Amino acid sequence: MVRSRHRLIRLGVLIGAVLVLGACSLIGSEDQPLTTFEPAGPFAEQIDNLFWPVFWIAVAVFILVQGAILVAVFMFRDRDGSKEAKQLHGSPKLEIAWTIVPALILAGIAVPTTAAVFELTECDPDAIEIQVIGHQWWFEYHYPEAEIDTANIMVIPAGQEVCAVMTSDDVLHNFWIPALNGKRYLVPGQTTLLRLQADEPGEYWGHCAEFCGLSHSLMRARVQAVEPAEYEAWLAEQQTAAATPVEGTDGYEGFEVFGAKGCIQCHTVRFEDDSASNIIERASFNGPDLTHFASRNVFAGAILPEEGQSRDEALKDWLADPPYIKPGSFMPDLALTEAEIDALIVWLDSME
Amino acid sequence: MTATAERPTTTIFRRPSSTKGLWSWITTVDHKRIGIMYGYAAFTFFIIGGMEALLLRIQLSQANGEFLTAGAYNALFTMHGTTMIFLFVMPASSALMNYLLPLLIGARDVAFPRLNALSWWIFFFGGIFLYSTFIFGTSAAPVGVDGIGGIDGNLAPGGGPGSFNFLADSPDGGWFGYQPNAGPLYSPGTAMDYWALGLQIIGLASLVSSVNFLVTVLNLRAKGMRLLRMPVFAWMTTITSFLLLFSLPIIAVALFMVTFDRQFGSLFFAAQAGGDVILWQHLFWLFGHPEVYILILPAMGIVSEILPTFSRKPLFGYSAVVFAGAAIAFLGFGVWAHHMFASGITPVAQAAFGLATMTIAIPTGIKIFNWLGTMWMGRIRLSTPMLFAIGFVAMFTIGGLSGVTHAVVPSDWQQTDTYYIVAHFHYVIFGGAVFGLFGGLYYWFPKLTGRLMNERLGKVHFWLMLLGFNLTFGPMHWLGLQGMVRRTWKYAPETNLEPWNVAVTIGAFIIAFSILIFMINWFTSRRRGEVSGLDPWDARTIEWMSPNPSPEYNFAVPPVVTSLDHFWHLKYDEDAEGRAVRKEDGDEIVATIDHEQLNPASPIHLPNPSYFPFFFALGLPLMFYGVIYHKQLWGKGLIIVGLIIALAAVIGWAIEPLEEPHGDHDEEQDAIPPSPPAAVLPPSEGETESSDD
Repeated sequence: MVRSRHRLIRLGVLIGAVLVLGACSLIGSEDQPLTTFEPAGPFAEQIDNLFWPVFWIAVAVFILVQGAILVAVFMFRDRDGSKEAKQLHGSPKLEIAWTIVPALILAGIAVPTTAAVFELTECDPDAIEIQVIGHQWWFEYHYPEAEIDTANIMVIPAGQEVCAVMTSDDVLHNFWIPALNGKRYLVPGQTTLLRLQADEPGEYWGHCAEFCGLSHSLMRARVQAVEPAEYEAWLAEQQTAAATPVEGTDGYEGFEVFGAKGCIQCHTVRFEDDSASNIIERASFNGPDLTHFASRNVFAGAILPEEGQSRDEALKDWLADPPYIKPGSFMPDLALTEAEIDALIVWLDSME
Repeated sequence: MTATAERPTTTIFRRPSSTKGLWSWITTVDHKRIGIMYGYAAFTFFIIGGMEALLLRIQLSQANGEFLTAGAYNALFTMHGTTMIFLFVMPASSALMNYLLPLLIGARDVAFPRLNALSWWIFFFGGIFLYSTFIFGTSAAPVGVDGIGGIDGNLAPGGGPGSFNFLADSPDGGWFGYQPNAGPLYSPGTAMDYWALGLQIIGLASLVSSVNFLVTVLNLRAKGMRLLRMPVFAWMTTITSFLLLFSLPIIAVALFMVTFDRQFGSLFFAAQAGGDVILWQHLFWLFGHPEVYILILPAMGIVSEILPTFSRKPLFGYSAVVFAGAAIAFLGFGVWAHHMFASGITPVAQAAFGLATMTIAIPTGIKIFNWLGTMWMGRIRLSTPMLFAIGFVAMFTIGGLSGVTHAVVPSDWQQTDTYYIVAHFHYVIFGGAVFGLFGGLYYWFPKLTGRLMNERLGKVHFWLMLLGFNLTFGPMHWLGLQGMVRRTWKYAPETNLEPWNVAVTIGAFIIAFSILIFMINWFTSRRRGEVSGLDPWDARTIEWMSPNPSPEYNFAVPPVVTSLDHFWHLKYDEDAEGRAVRKEDGDEIVATIDHEQLNPASPIHLPNPSYFPFFFALGLPLMFYGVIYHKQLWGKGLIIVGLIIALAAVIGWAIEPLEEPHGDHDEEQDAIPPSPPAAVLPPSEGETESSDD
């Protein structure tokens, strides 16, 4: 009697634990921008549709096996008066059964899997090409048709397929926007493809998923899907050059700091006045193109600004000591004075 | 015989004869003592690797954590993975295999006892070599763009908020060492050289012992111990040895390529020069996936011993379990690219490797169902070893099922490189291998000490570890699918991943606490545990026919095996219904065996201890330190010194006499208390069961 009560208590604790964990998972799922469970486009959708049936099959097997263990332990536990066990050595019929049944289930899973692999790998020939280039630790996006370069946030038209043509400038990276598709490596010396499509306008979060050195955890990504018309307008806007700052205007001091402190050696800015521009060769492209810096709502590997921070506040922290915020960052601590930082911020803010 | 007589017997090459003290351990060739050393070393590394994990978990217990610096974090996860795989699970399996394999098959030692000692010492020095990176290694941020325009980039390792930055000067390219990040350009310090060369040394140890075990199994089985009468653990040891034999050369080549890239400017993995960074992944996982089965198969063997014993039934479908093990091992060589589904390999390759991966679920399922079949209709005693074995089946099943979801290639594109994978392989390696190993430790503890471990503490250990384990790794599935990438030092608060990370960290500390209980149990039971007698578990296999603790010679009378589960059939008959009935003289039989095995009728020849495995192994790390510092003169010197030591040891090994002169040895034997009787030298070379190598 005492023993069975103990067992009941133990079972109760077990069930209680499961319930508590289940409840916690509900609390956790409020707002998770990186979740794989809210596909926002056809490719992520297809993966999601593939995942759930397999998941439920796994749950069924899980219940079968764990149930069998529990039943065996409770039914066949050695008690006073238990008989010795029959010395069964096996059953060829059962062996055949539990070889063939799992094989059939797996075959059932294999068919849609294989189909999806082929469907999801090849880009549609009409897809918009956007090149993704991985750097330690930020993503560069090059729009070959429009000949524009941007960073950290990729702007795409909603409802249209984008073919990300990807490579890396240094080490392996892995481009992942969970709501739009699975991930794909960016491989130095090779080109990989990833199909992306968002059905609705919106901002989708992403992350570099392959360990890529010191600040791997700070290499994040955003995709902003906009209405096609807005997308065209954005492209046109990005193609324009920045106004060349004139002495006496607001941004001029910052522009001077940009040149004098060496920022100019890694960051491209295209000015209306060609002689002021510095178009850095792609091979030595170490920092994002800043021509339309202020049009992006994130910077520094899409880690800034943090929640509740304005861009100016974030810029202030960042420019004061980049390697403190992003360890190993190639953007060095230039020991800028507060005045220089403020001047830079004024100028950067002007580059919409 | 004549060859023996001609060997020189100068004093220099006399074989060591101490049976106590440090030198006896350094020179021992006894598989059991070697197993014990493997075990304690592995456990020490388990504690170190566990501490590393706890530090990682403290960092991740809050969003934007500032406990560790990025450099320290990266170094710790690299060393945690490397340690747990190469310095804990592999040598812990090695410990049990070493200790038990000869006992399981009725032999007195392994085929090549000195080679066995060599494996151990190579492993030992390899582990020390690898960990010396914490003292000598350096790590620096990439120099690729150093000094552009006269501005130095941030070259200090680490940087950013957090403490423990001194740890950043150690390997930080991940246990997988992906190129080119772990290559010369992006990991320019010496730390990754310690990693590559350390693994090279440790791999050599496993390679040597795999050959040793294979020859042992093929040549030294007791009379009547046919292959298909071997205990399943002996089978899994055999299969694991095959896996090691075929997979280690691959990683050896790959690590040499990395070392050459790093030290001598070869460009195997340098994309800028036409090298191929993906090639590293193919080579690494071509080793790395069989490696997974190297970790899990021994535990499967252990569980296949424990479940029948405590269900008081034969293993259900013995041959199916054995062949499923072989099938897993065989298929294990054909699925490596499932670690690379996101790498951009062609869809044909992805589909093929996905399907191949699914097929592995079939033999794995066969094993699980047969284990269930073993328990079904049994008479189950829930002693601690059994709890761990059942825990293994339950937890490993979860790891297997999440594995199937990775085989669905597009799903894997979402899951790979997230915590979902971390959850998956911890369910396989911790929930599987580690539960199995602990079960084995509780089960075979009497063989080591002649005593039983405390059951109450054992059960507390089990339930706490089960709870802590699930709290740690269960939520990681969820975290991964909610977008938490692996190897991440920080995550943003906006991702709302913090609540589950708190749970995970709490779980990790519960595991740590349960291990503490295990240690208390271990060390108190060694001295004060209940005396086990010959057959504490009413066991089935012949290792229990050797007294507890096992004498140096294992069996005074090598058993003549007449069936699978030979020991059980000596004790039990079956009635008309097929139920086990203990023979009337069952207890007498056991007592007789105990008496016989403790009192050899005639002296037993055993292999003599040797100095040379230790010194040969000592030469290796010296050479490898020399390789790292070969640009300095003293580095070149170290290579030469190491080489001389190793060569001298080889020569000594080759010409040392098979046995030392009789006289003083016998005297020493007399000085040792009679029980348990130690090895006695035969007056002439007689029927030697295990040959000297």
